[in-house]
Amino acid sequence: MTTVTTTAVERAYEPTIGLEIHVQLRTRTKMFCGCALSFGDEPNTHTCQICLGHPGTLPVPNAEAIHFALMIGLALECELSPRSIFHRKNYFYPDLPKGYQISQFDIPLWGHGRLGEVRVHRVHLEEDAAKLVHAGSSGRIHGAEASVVDFNRGGTPLVEIVTEPDLTSPAQAGEWLRLLRATLGRLGVSDVNMDEGSLRCDANVSIRPVGTADLGTKTELKNMNSFRFLERGVAAEIARQEEIVRGGGQVVQETLHYDPTSGTLTPLRSKEESHDYRYFPEPDLVPLAPTEAMMARAREALPELPAARAERFERELALAPETAKLLAFRSELGDFFEAGLAGAAPSDEGGRGDAGAANGSGAATDPRTLASWITVELVSRLGDANPADSPVEPAALAELVRMVSAREVSGSAAKEVLDAMAAEGGQPSSIVAERGLGLAAADELGAIVDRAIDENPDAVEKIRSGKNKAMGAIVGSVMRETKGRADGGEVGRMVRERLGLG
Amino acid sequence: MSDLVELSAAQAAERVRAGEVSPDELFAAYRERAESEELGAFLTVSDSGADDLAETPLAGVPLAVKDIFCVEDVPTTAASRILAGYLPPYTATAVERLAAAGAPMLGKTNMDEFAMGSSNENSAYGPVRNPWALDRVPGGSSGGSAAAVAAGLAPWSIGTDTGGSIRQPAALCGLVGLKPTYGSVSRYGMIAFASSLDQCGPITRDTTDAALLLRHLVDGGHDRRDSTSVDFPEPIELPSAERLDGVRFGVVAELAEADTIEPGVKALFDQTLARIEELGGSVEEISLPHTEHGLSAYYVLAPAEASANLSRYDGVRFGMRAGDGDLLSLYERTRSEGFRAEVKRRIMLGTYALSSGYYEAYYGRAQRVRTKIAEDFRAAFDRVDLVVTPTSPSVAFRLGERTQDPMAMYMSDYCTVPMSLAGVPAISIPAGLSDGLPVGFQITGPAFSENRMLDAAHALERAIGFDTSPPRRGAQAVAT
Repeated sequence: MTTVTTTAVERAYEPTIGLEIHVQLRTRTKMFCGCALSFGDEPNTHTCQICLGHPGTLPVPNAEAIHFALMIGLALECELSPRSIFHRKNYFYPDLPKGYQISQFDIPLWGHGRLGEVRVHRVHLEEDAAKLVHAGSSGRIHGAEASVVDFNRGGTPLVEIVTEPDLTSPAQAGEWLRLLRATLGRLGVSDVNMDEGSLRCDANVSIRPVGTADLGTKTELKNMNSFRFLERGVAAEIARQEEIVRGGGQVVQETLHYDPTSGTLTPLRSKEESHDYRYFPEPDLVPLAPTEAMMARAREALPELPAARAERFERELALAPETAKLLAFRSELGDFFEAGLAGAAPSDEGGRGDAGAANGSGAATDPRTLASWITVELVSRLGDANPADSPVEPAALAELVRMVSAREVSGSAAKEVLDAMAAEGGQPSSIVAERGLGLAAADELGAIVDRAIDENPDAVEKIRSGKNKAMGAIVGSVMRETKGRADGGEVGRMVRERLGLG
Repeated sequence: MSDLVELSAAQAAERVRAGEVSPDELFAAYRERAESEELGAFLTVSDSGADDLAETPLAGVPLAVKDIFCVEDVPTTAASRILAGYLPPYTATAVERLAAAGAPMLGKTNMDEFAMGSSNENSAYGPVRNPWALDRVPGGSSGGSAAAVAAGLAPWSIGTDTGGSIRQPAALCGLVGLKPTYGSVSRYGMIAFASSLDQCGPITRDTTDAALLLRHLVDGGHDRRDSTSVDFPEPIELPSAERLDGVRFGVVAELAEADTIEPGVKALFDQTLARIEELGGSVEEISLPHTEHGLSAYYVLAPAEASANLSRYDGVRFGMRAGDGDLLSLYERTRSEGFRAEVKRRIMLGTYALSSGYYEAYYGRAQRVRTKIAEDFRAAFDRVDLVVTPTSPSVAFRLGERTQDPMAMYMSDYCTVPMSLAGVPAISIPAGLSDGLPVGFQITGPAFSENRMLDAAHALERAIGFDTSPPRRGAQAVAT
């Protein structure tokens, strides 16, 4: 037995990670004016005197944005501030027309909450800045040859969600962000598209020796605009901090820019971060005091949230945790799954006998099998696309799954049927009939199995001596012969029966 | 037609309604005077008013508008170089409402740059002369509006008041100036100086005209474009009181007895108190113990808000632009060449007061003083109906007299700032002349007590019988 001596150099460190997430709300209009929200439109076509910060203009809060922010706080089980205050956050930048951003500061709309195992520190409302486009190699304002501003984005409603430093690994951070994204998506308050910037994430990272209570000096990572970048960036920063500490150095509190292409972290120039924002209460707005009617409307608008849905899938339908999560976190998959179950279930006993093809007959669709077909087979065919937009009908997939379970079609043939459904839709029974994909009848199959046994003496020998792997050769031969219309399990059973292995 | 300018706005409206004069003739008569004036009161003069205004509530009586109100496609500068050539894409609610009520805009009047000043000498487009004495200031910041009305270049005008910018120039020009309860007039389209204090209000020759303009400024109630605006709880009535029987007036000891009040001003103030008693009112001394800190709190809060409100003038989207092709020089040169000294001073004061480490000591403490002053007023209005003070500690001072001494200039607001901080309404009416120069008398009441305040002012106005005509004759002499 080796004794591990803990020295400063070999000491184990654990990371502590907190996230700051900016969510662009999917309201019709901007946070403080009537301009329509847009993405990818001709620059500077969605602007007015208010969002351009013209003299004399005043902000008027968007009621729908407040409604969405209330829904978010409820979903994250936060504590409401009865009167939250908008502040001005002052700094000069061409993307900030008024020279200040209207945000919330010491009294945010929502205080402490929780999502999954992570505590939420606060949730507040603010307005987005405009978009700066820098010409030149750096892509940043320093060293740019010219910069142009597109004010379409300026004034878009944002909700900022700040977590407590409760995350302890890059993977956990990624996983939690997926849960948050799913939750926000389920609420319908945002497009939550990281590529388009409607969901943006910064990470605060520190490390500390395992077993100690105090947090280490943190750094802030900007620009984590995908789950992968978040995980990679945080991992890179943890590694960087460990290297510094192991080398006897000290982590400096700073803001780092993560470059996903090179995987490097570079400090933002001190000028870009050493702001004194001179926050003070926005005198153009009154305190935000949600009424009971507003709260009731927000509560009524809350759908079942992904965490609860995953838990229900596990509890009621006995799905594996990972599958349940996959379906719940991608709400559109969960919706498809539940639509499939609903379509497959007979409406009443009388309806069972004369049900159409989609409703099936005999054995019901097994939820676990359907879940697996959706999360594995359907997703592999559709990728990130919403299955609701595909030709595959939920009830039709449920029927296909039922047919497999009822041994009306083999697993491999069913995959071919799904290919056809994904390409042009249709009912599985018709596709099976048209293409002759139904399971080979027992007498036909018997002859084919007999032939396969004759043609594979080596395999037979191995099976007899207990090497079951060899069964594959015989099953494969039968499958080739039937063009996949045989059930692998059934073939195995027949082979063993014929060899007297029972 | 020259007798037209001797009419108050309400009287002119009556003549229009009686068919004795058309709105066009009225507009043309004033336009001619505004065009040829030499006081520096107007920055732009409109070509014409709208037709068919005779049947409107304000009968087409033209209105001078402080250049702080945005009017679509009309140059709007807030008397700053930084907004030279700026044409707003929209019109301020106040201007829109008055135009809809039948008061077409006669022109835009000069002011202290971004309403920062008490003499109108901080305009980038030259000072304004007081028509009572051409070597003196008209007060500020609504100096152009006051001078125009006093000199008969306009029948009436609107200005803005942040710490006294309507009341003090009205006092120095022998006019009525009313700052309404904060929130009662929409600020939309009014270029912001200090948002939590700025209010639009009338500058007129008498209280009836003031009530008439105020009625239409608050008519329509809450403006959905200004979240801080509110419904005025009752219609504004034209004042009719001639007596003050049973009305209790409180004299603010801290303001009326201050060393800064000139003897001539004090004498007329005391004389007016005597008139109140003659008219049946009672006068008692009250204390607003925190008002002595009002000016200090004001000069922290107003610059703090201004420092943010003026950040948008950066040369990027509108107005003046200077620079050497890079971002920093764009900001630095635009702002250092675009703003004058007083504006820069206040931006620096405000920026400092909001800076990390100083916020509590300055902004936080000033906010607490503000709360205390508001409480002082509430307590006072439990005892008395109205509170009175001199409007300005002095009569109109000479051009240049205080430009080198910002503190002396700031003292002009000593008696007017507390009401602004408390958000309560206040009106200044002429109390008489001191050595030939007008002295103002300020009446203030609880929030939304404008009708009560106007009635008291009306009764006093009748008793005092102040003659507003001398500067109209003088100005014509200047103009011809």
